[in-house]
Amino acid sequence: MSVEQKVKEIVMEQLGISADEVKGESKFVEDLGADSLDLTELIMAMEEEFDIEIDDEKAQEILTVQAAIDFIKANQ
Amino acid sequence: MPDTVKTALVTGGSRGIGRACAVRLAKSGYQVYVTYVSRPEPARETCRIIEEKGGRAACFPLDIGDSQAIVDFFKEKIKDRVFLDVLVNNAGMTMDGLLVRMGQEQWEKVIRINLSGSFFCLQQAAKIMMRQKTGRIVNITSVTAQSGNPGQANYTASKAGLIGLTKTAALELAPRNITVNAVAPGFIETDMTSGLNQQIREKYLEMIPLKRFGSSGDVAETVAFLASSGASYITGQVIGVNGGMYI
Repeated sequence: MSVEQKVKEIVMEQLGISADEVKGESKFVEDLGADSLDLTELIMAMEEEFDIEIDDEKAQEILTVQAAIDFIKANQ
Repeated sequence: MPDTVKTALVTGGSRGIGRACAVRLAKSGYQVYVTYVSRPEPARETCRIIEEKGGRAACFPLDIGDSQAIVDFFKEKIKDRVFLDVLVNNAGMTMDGLLVRMGQEQWEKVIRINLSGSFFCLQQAAKIMMRQKTGRIVNITSVTAQSGNPGQANYTASKAGLIGLTKTAALELAPRNITVNAVAPGFIETDMTSGLNQQIREKYLEMIPLKRFGSSGDVAETVAFLASSGASYITGQVIGVNGGMYI
């Protein structure tokens, strides 16, 4: 499964939303209704799935689904 | 989740309040995991007591003063292995002395075990419970955190720190249906208090309106209640179990 697909699956599972809602440009907070705890869980889930570490500073810059995909690709 | 057995984890479950909590939670139907520091035998005895009554229990060595050991323990024994319903942060120690004579190691060790150890266990449990979207955390603090106690600057500071941790954790974890409360025992008959001389015991007795020392079972009942469905609307609280010693 590609990074894109995995990230989207994580987002769907964590936020309890359907596939057609998750687009690259979707903003976690504004578009997908995530709160701060959701964001933390998303980051934790991605860290685990891709075996990477995302420090808090970087995490704050990951505002969209595409930003998450780009970050993971750059740091894998 | 391969094992959906509801599990309660009690740190420091070899004796005293920890053992009573473990036994009582088993009575409520939880599989109980008990941790111990160095001596396995008393922890196994706790498990035996539970098993004799038809419950399920297991004990694990875990140095609460070692944060990496805590992370490893949760990863190897808890995560994706059991449904972690309840964490009781009970493990703790005293190294008493007047503050003007208190050495750095004496101060730091008690803070490390009682406060930092509880924090790391809570942190690891919270990660798991957030996913489950349910969980109960009970921190065992002390009446001395509320009242102060000469000779226990390190202990009272660690236990007061636990109260602050309880309240913040309650606020942060409430959106995931995780409650976090503290239980503050007063004078309880345990190994920790049995070393006190008769004169001090009588002095304490005068300070307790109910005129008796508490039992570890008194504390365990409160912990079991906070873990039960009846306590689902209670979070961020400090429940005194102290015979009226501090109100």
